Parts: sequence; C-alpha cells; structure tokens
Amino acid sequence: MTARPGSALVNVAGSVLAVLGALAIGAIVIRIAGHNPWEAYRALAEGALGTRRGRAETLVYAAPLILGGLSFGIAARAGLFNIGIEGQLVMGGFTAGLIGSFDMGLPQTLHLPVAMLCAALAGGVWGLIPGVLKAATGAHEVITTIMLNYLAFRLITYLIQKQSGWLPVDPQVQGTDRVLDSARLPILLDRTRLHFGVLVAILAALVLWYVLFKTTFGFRVRTVGLSRGAASYGGIHWGRTIAVSMAIAGLLAGLAGAGETLGLHGRHSASLPGLGFTAIAVGLVGRNHPIGIIFSGILFGMLSAGAPAMQSQSDVSKEIVLVLQGLVILAVAAFEAVNRLPFFRKLMTPANPSVQDRSTSSGVGPGVESAPKPPAL
Amino acid sequence: MSDFFTLALLSATLRMATPLIFAAMGGLISERSGIVNIALEGMMLTGAFFSVAGTYCTGNPWLGLLIGVFASGGAGAIHAFWCITLRANQIVAGTAVNLIAAGLTAFLIQLIWGKAGGTDSVERLPNIGFGGGLNVLIPIALLLVPIVHVALFRTRQGLHILAAGEHPQAAESVGINVTRNRYIAVILSGVLAGLGGAFPSIGDLSYFTLDMTAGRGFIALAAVIFGGWTPFGAFGATLLFGSAEAIQIQAQATSNFPISSDLLVALPYLLTLIAITGLVRSSPAPDGLGKHATAH
Repeated sequence: MTARPGSALVNVAGSVLAVLGALAIGAIVIRIAGHNPWEAYRALAEGALGTRRGRAETLVYAAPLILGGLSFGIAARAGLFNIGIEGQLVMGGFTAGLIGSFDMGLPQTLHLPVAMLCAALAGGVWGLIPGVLKAATGAHEVITTIMLNYLAFRLITYLIQKQSGWLPVDPQVQGTDRVLDSARLPILLDRTRLHFGVLVAILAALVLWYVLFKTTFGFRVRTVGLSRGAASYGGIHWGRTIAVSMAIAGLLAGLAGAGETLGLHGRHSASLPGLGFTAIAVGLVGRNHPIGIIFSGILFGMLSAGAPAMQSQSDVSKEIVLVLQGLVILAVAAFEAVNRLPFFRKLMTPANPSVQDRSTSSGVGPGVESAPKPPAL
Repeated sequence: MSDFFTLALLSATLRMATPLIFAAMGGLISERSGIVNIALEGMMLTGAFFSVAGTYCTGNPWLGLLIGVFASGGAGAIHAFWCITLRANQIVAGTAVNLIAAGLTAFLIQLIWGKAGGTDSVERLPNIGFGGGLNVLIPIALLLVPIVHVALFRTRQGLHILAAGEHPQAAESVGINVTRNRYIAVILSGVLAGLGGAFPSIGDLSYFTLDMTAGRGFIALAAVIFGGWTPFGAFGATLLFGSAEAIQIQAQATSNFPISSDLLVALPYLLTLIAITGLVRSSPAPDGLGKHATAH
C-alpha cells in the first residue's frame, strides 16, 4: 500500500487531514455543548505535553496503543481485519499476571523475560486460532475474533472466580495476585508511571518494519495482502502466511497486555479495557506502517493523557476523546474515498494503472475485499 | 433442581432475548442487503441512551422511544453513508460508529445530568397482561419475527433488498436501485437495533448506565450468523443465547448449581465460533455481502 512511489506523502497528508477534520468536528460538538473548544483543546494539549508528568503519561498510554496498532497493522498487511486485539491483549495481560505473581525463585533477569514471553505466546495463540480457522475453513476473522474477545474475557473471569487453589488469582479484586518485584518492568523516569514498556513498543515497531519490508516473509505477507491470487500464482502459501501473520498480530497484542500488567498496574484485572478498539484507530491513522504507527500511537496517547486535564480545567467530559477517535476513523475512511475519485487518482498517481486498479477495491484495510471467496460474515 | 426450570426462568429468557431479537432482526436485514453491520452495538447503545434522554425531556416514554429510534436510525444513516456512498470498508465504518456511540453517550450523560456513569430514573414503558409482568416491548419483539420474514421474502421491497445483497450487479441490471435499497435496509437496522437498546433502558429498567448494552450488539450479530441469516433461525438463536443468560442469572442465586455461570454466558460465543467454521452446516452468507454494485 505504501509501496507505490510518492504515496507516502499522500498517506501522511491524509492522516494529518483526518485528525484535523476530526478535531474540527469535535470542536463543533464541544461548542454545541456550551463550552469553549479552544480552551478545551488547549487544556488537553497542556495536560499531555505541558508538564514532565504529562509527557510521561502520554508515553504510558502510547505504549499499548503502539503495540496494538502494530497488531492491527500486520494483520491488515496480510489482508485480514484483526478485531481481536482486545482479547489477545487481555490473554497476554492475564498470563503475565499469573507468571509474574508466581514465585519461582527466579531473579529479575529471568523472571521478567519469562513472563513477557509467556504473555506474548498466550496472545499469539489467541491470534493464531482465527488465522488457522480462516486458512482451514474460510471462517471470517472479524466474526471469530469478536467471539474470541468475549471468550477470553469469560475464560479469565471463570479462572479467577473458580479459586482452584493452584492459580495465583484473587477473586476479591477480580484479578490476579500482585506481580512480584522480580517480574515488574522497571520505571523509566523517576516519580512517574513511565515504564520500559514504551521502549518495548518502539523496538517492536522497528523489528516489524524490518520484517515487513526487508525479509522474504514480509514480502510474502504483503503479497498475500495485496492479492491472494497473485500470491498463489507466485507459489506463496496463502493459508500458512495468514495464519503466521495472525499469530504475530496476537503476539504483539499479548506484549501490549504484558506491559499493562508488568509495567503499569502490577496485576491483571478481569475487564475488557477497550484498548483494542483504539488500537484499530491507531493502525488506520498510521496507515498500517510500523513507523507511522509509532507516531499515531503517541498522538492517541496524548489524547488519553490530556483528557483528565481537559475535564478538570474546561469542564468538557473526557469521554469526548472516544468520540474524537471514532471521528478520526471516519475521516480516514472518507479521505480514502476522496483518494479513490478518478480525477484525484489521476492527479496523485500518474503512472502504473494496475496499481490504481487495485486501490479501487481495497478501502482502508488493504486487500480485505480483494480475497476471491466472499467472506462468510 | 426441579423448581429451577420454572415460569420465572421462561420469563427471564424472554427478557434477555428481547433486545437480542430486535437487534438481530435489524442486523439480518442489513446483512441481507449486503452491508456488514458490526455497528449494531453502537446503534443499540444510541437507542438505549436517547430513549432515556427523550423520555427525560418530554416526560413521555413513548415519545422517548421515538426519539431513541430516530437517533439510532441516524447512526444507521451514518453507517450507510460511509459504507454505500463513500464505499469505505464496512468494518472500519462499524468500528467508528461503535466508538462514537460509546463516547457520545458518556459525554451527554455528563452534559445533561452533570454526573458520570448513569442517568436519573425516568418513566418507563408500561407492562401489559400476564399479571402485569410483561413489558409491552416483549410481544412487539415476538411479533416482529414473522413480520420480518414476510416482509423480506413475500414483498416487493423485501425481494429487492435480498437481490441487492445476493447479487448487486444483477440487481442493478434489472433496474433495482441497489443504493436506495441498501440505505433503507441499513437505516431500518439502526431503528430496530435502537428498539433493542430501548428495552433495557426504558422497558426493563428506567435509566441508562455507561456501556449498558455490554456487547449485546455483537451477540445479536452472532445470532444472525448462528441462525443462518434467516428470521426464524436468528430468532431461535436469540432464544438460545437469552436462555443461557437467564440460566446464568438463576444459577448465581442457586447454590451448588452444577455448571459454572461464567462458562454458560460464554456459550453463545463458543457456539457461534463453531457454527462459522462450517462444522455445523447452516445456510451460507448472502453472496454479495461486502460487495459493491459497480466496479467503479
């Protein structure tokens, strides 16, 4: 999708315009509600960037959103729509809580990596299931991942309530036991909540960039996402590629959950935090490009970090941030629509008609609609 | 154990199934017209909130209901505009509608009632018959199922919607306006999902709380799939899913109930997961689901 020359600029411009458009419509909503949008946005920006603590909070919120956005991004590159980030994330967070609070007498140099690894694997399995189901039976990943989100939540609630004795869980707080110090992600900045998770997220983005654009596997993923038919013609195994892509997507979401448990909260509480849906917005605004996702993750982190300041200073309810997220998604989609108009396409991509043709069918999620068999949705 | 399966359980099943029936019928019509509708959740939430807000402003729950379905129909119109006119990815558009509904309802609670989390109590829709224990929306939901069946399969309008969903190009070529029919279907799905949302907020209870629908829109979508995209199939699925929820509530009150209630509420998701993998053969999805009428 970003492979065509000169399009990176169009993509960045599109994302910036989409965010500005969403902020403008959000301003109208705030105005109608009887508040001053300028004041509200200024309080939001100051809350997110004005103080040392605010900047730290921005990165605290950005860490899981970047990882979640990457999870959405790699699935989208393979032509799949990962709505299951939420479930993969809580599976990772819960596993991290179990391993992290289980006293095995390990030193931190071992306990923390083991907990992170197990969390990533748990998320990976939760991502692999819809991938394999799609590859084997054609079951549409949107439906299977939605179901797996709730199954993950119910399974965790069940395991916590059951009190079987051998699991380190606490029904009183509806969560796992507190994570031991040996499994906590260290704090990055004194007297803030900022932990090493944000570095994990940025590192993951760089690794994913390398894998996607510099390795044979990444080439396979992108080819499968652009055209399943062409991939098969070129000898690429479609089913295996999407299954592995979904497993990696789940792995990344699992890491996001691990960061929340081991870095931020110190335990996993049974809930669906909603991060998975914001992560979809992060992936879309980042154009499913790992580097773009770092920036859009930080942007959405700013929105979340600045919202409480906006609420206390200008009396605008912090939930407006959710509305802004939804509006950003709609604006990105609308921009894609404009991008697809014939005169605009001629303006932006003068050469290579075959690439233009493909972009007509792809919508925002690349290649989602170009799979030959219609999804059983 | 023998008094467990009582009239109380039956009525609890109906109460749990009612919002699902409305939303599933809405989802069914939208999907049959070819538009994927994961926005059902947001539409339900919109309907639930605005029927309370409407009742609060007008003092009349029927007017409130009207305002509620008007708002959820509006959410349907937004979904339709993005999916049909802008040709946006239908999952993307649905995700956005869900986020906006969650944010806007929370925002408006704060604005109207000046507090977070929930609204004040308002007057609710009346109960009728059976010792006054049955909310008026329950029989309406039950009547809706055969109505949707007849409307979809026996009327001209319904057949046009089916044609738009089954083969948009062919429908277009015989003069059926695919765009218009899909708009009708998606807006109607918003209206019906809104009724489903209004049932918990001004039918069963008398107030709105944050994230009141709690994923019921997704269960309704699951019922559509599990029921094989037919009204009576989807109705059966909503009864099954509703009974799982009802038993769960009863089980929590019953000591030494043999099955974990957490696993019971997971049943709809598990069954749908199995159904969609084709292990249980049901009728396939509409052929034109997610496809546009013209190659553009």
